[in-house]
Amino acid sequence: MTKTFTLEHLDCANCAAKMERKIAKLKGVREVAVTFMTKKMTIDTDDAAMDAVIAQAEKIIHKLEPQVVLVERR
Amino acid sequence: MKKDIVRLSIGSGLFVAAIVVSLSLGMPFHGEVPWESWWSFLRMAMFLPAYFVIGGEVLWSALRNILRGQVFDENFLMAIATVGAFVLGECIEGVAVMLFCEIGELFESRAVSKSRDSITELMDIRPDYANRKRDGVVEKVDPHDVALGETIVIRPGEKVPLDGVVLTGTSLLDTKALTGESVPRSVSPGEEVLSGCINETGLLEVQVTKVFGESTVTKILDLVENASSKKSKTEAFITKFARYYTPIVCISAALIAVLPPLIVNMGDGALWMMWIKTALSFLVVSCPCALVISVPLSFFGGIGSASKCGVLIKGSNYLEALAKTEIVVFDKTGTLTKGTFNVTELHPSGMTKEALLDLTAHAESSSSHPISQSLQRAYGKAIDPSRIGAVEELAGHGVKAVVDGKTVLAGNKRLMEQFHIPYFTGETEGTIVHVAVDGVYGGYLVIADEVKEDAAKAIGELKASGVQKTVMLTGDNETTARLVGERLGVDEVHSELLPGDKVDEMETLLREKSEKGKLVFVGDGINDAPVLARADIGVAMGGLGSDAAIEAADIVIMTDEPSKLGLLMRISKKTRSIVLQNIVFAIAVKTAVQILSITHVLDDWILWLAVFADVGVSILAILNAIRMLRYRDKENG
Repeated sequence: MTKTFTLEHLDCANCAAKMERKIAKLKGVREVAVTFMTKKMTIDTDDAAMDAVIAQAEKIIHKLEPQVVLVERR
Repeated sequence: MKKDIVRLSIGSGLFVAAIVVSLSLGMPFHGEVPWESWWSFLRMAMFLPAYFVIGGEVLWSALRNILRGQVFDENFLMAIATVGAFVLGECIEGVAVMLFCEIGELFESRAVSKSRDSITELMDIRPDYANRKRDGVVEKVDPHDVALGETIVIRPGEKVPLDGVVLTGTSLLDTKALTGESVPRSVSPGEEVLSGCINETGLLEVQVTKVFGESTVTKILDLVENASSKKSKTEAFITKFARYYTPIVCISAALIAVLPPLIVNMGDGALWMMWIKTALSFLVVSCPCALVISVPLSFFGGIGSASKCGVLIKGSNYLEALAKTEIVVFDKTGTLTKGTFNVTELHPSGMTKEALLDLTAHAESSSSHPISQSLQRAYGKAIDPSRIGAVEELAGHGVKAVVDGKTVLAGNKRLMEQFHIPYFTGETEGTIVHVAVDGVYGGYLVIADEVKEDAAKAIGELKASGVQKTVMLTGDNETTARLVGERLGVDEVHSELLPGDKVDEMETLLREKSEKGKLVFVGDGINDAPVLARADIGVAMGGLGSDAAIEAADIVIMTDEPSKLGLLMRISKKTRSIVLQNIVFAIAVKTAVQILSITHVLDDWILWLAVFADVGVSILAILNAIRMLRYRDKENG
C-alpha cells in the first residue's frame, strides 16, 4: 500500500535526507522517498503496517523538524 | 519571512552600534579573552544584545534539539561556533557568523520557495473543477466526482478537466502546457480532447471517456511529481557524502581543539586559543547544505525545463544518464518517418505528371491496397467511375485496367517483365509503381513513408552533442532503409528486421558501447515495449494521448518531433555541468578554508572566511542551480 503526504514547512534539505534514511529502517517499510523540492513523502509499506509506520514516521519527522505538518494527499 | 527581516535589521543595527562604540572606546577589533579584565568583559557584554536578537532562535533550537537527542544539526554547530568565538573574545566574529548564517538561511529559504513556486506553476495544468451537465442543468463539481460517460461543458478560457470526445461545438485548444507546442489544435464533434489543454475559442460539450484518476492530466502530473523520487547517482552520492562529511569534520574539530596543545604544551593558554579557533572554523564549514540543496535543485530545474518544452522525464537518474549517451538507436517508422505512406515522386515518361497521377489513380481506384489509398490522397479529386472500364487485379504484380479506353498497367517490375515493357531500374526510397499505357512505358511513381522534417536536424544535433553512433532499425526493405539512412546521416542501418530481431540487434549494440556509456532507444512506444525496456534509456515519441507510450518509456516526448532529442541532450549536459561546478566549487572552497585554518595563515580572518565557505558557497551554489530552472533553449526559444 502506498500513501503520499505533503510535508508542509519542510525547510532543511539535509533533514529531509535524514528522515528518508530513518523511515526506511522502520519495520514494514518497503520503500520511502522524501523529496525536499516538492515537499512530498511517498511511503510504501505492507498493508498491515501502514498505520504504525505513519505514526513512527511522524515522530521521526518532528524530532528533526518540529514545525513540519503532515497532510495526506489523495 | 518579514518578521525575520525586521529581526535581522534590528540585530544588524545593534551590531554596528556595538562595533562603533567599542572601537571608539579604544577597544581592540580582535579578541581579548573576556575574563581577563572587567574592560574586556564589558566589551563582550556590548555585543550580547545583537547576538541574542540575531541568533536567539538558533540557540533555542540547538538547546531543544540536544534535549531531544538530536546533535550535529546546523543549529548546534552554529551555536557552538559562535559561543566559542565569544569565549575567545572574538565577539565581532561571533555575531558576524551568526548574522551571515541567518541572512544565508533567509536567502536559501526564499530561493527554495521561489523554485517551489515555479514548479507549482509548471503543474498549473491541474484543473480545479468541471462543469457537469445533468438533465440540462450545468453544475460546477470536483473533477474527481464526474463519472464515465457523463457530459461536461467547457467554456472558452477554461481548462479541459477530463479526457473525452466532443459532442457539440468546435474550438481551438491550447496544448502548450502539455506539448510545448504553441500552435493551437482545432477540434470538432467526434474528436478527442485531452485534459490539461485550455479551451480557447468555442463552447464545447464533451462526453467523458476517462475518469479523473486516469485522465492525461493526472498521469502527466504524477509522472513529473514522482520524477524526483528516482534519484540520480550524483544525488545519492551527495546524500552519502553529507552523512559522513559532517560527523568527520566535527570529530576533526574536536581533535584539533585538544590534541595539538596537549602534545605541544598543555600550559600555554595562547596555544589553546589558537587551536580552538581552528576547531571553530571547522565547525562553521561542516555543513554540507550547499550541496544537499543545490544538486537536487539543478536536476529538478532540468526536469522542469524539459517538461515546459513537452518532454517528460521520469527521473533525475535518466536526465543524468543522458549526458553519457554513446549510441542512439531509432526505430524508423513513426519515429524518423511519419508512418503514413504518400506519393513522394512522380517520374512521367512521355506524358505530364498530372496525367500520370490521373491515370494511375483511376486504374488503382478499385483496389483496397494501402498503395491505392495513397494514390487517391495524392490525386485529391473525386474518381470518375464512368472513365473506368474492365479492371483485372494481378495478385502480387499490380493491376490491369481500362481507363479512357486505354489499357493501363500499374504495378511492380514483375508486371512490366510479364508484359515485356522496359522500365526504370534505379534505386528509390520507397515502393515503385510502374505504369504503362497501351504497352508503352509511361513512367513511375514512388510511394514512401515520408521522413519527418526535423529528423535530419535531430541526428545532426545528437552528433554535435557528442553521441558517437546513431543506428536505425526497421522492418523495411534494404534499399529504402539504406537510402533514408544516408539522407538523414545515420551511421548504421539494420533493415528487414522482425520485431524479435530488434531485441537481438539491441543486445549486440549494448555490447559495443563502453561500460559507462549509455544506449538510448527512441521509438513510438506502441510496438517496441521490449526494446524500450532493454535500452539503458527508453524514449517514446508522440506521447500525447498514448498511455502505452507514457507507461513503457523512461522519457516521453509529447510531440512527434525527433528534434526534441537534441534539446534533451542539451538540458542534460547543462544540468550535469552545473551540478559538477557546484560540487567542485563547494568542496574546493571548504577544503581551502580548512587548510588555511590548520596552517594559521590568516588566523585573524579565518572565521570570516569560514562563514563565506558556508553561507557564501551555499548562496552561490543555489544561484547557479536556479539557472537550470530558468533554462531557455537557443533552438526552441
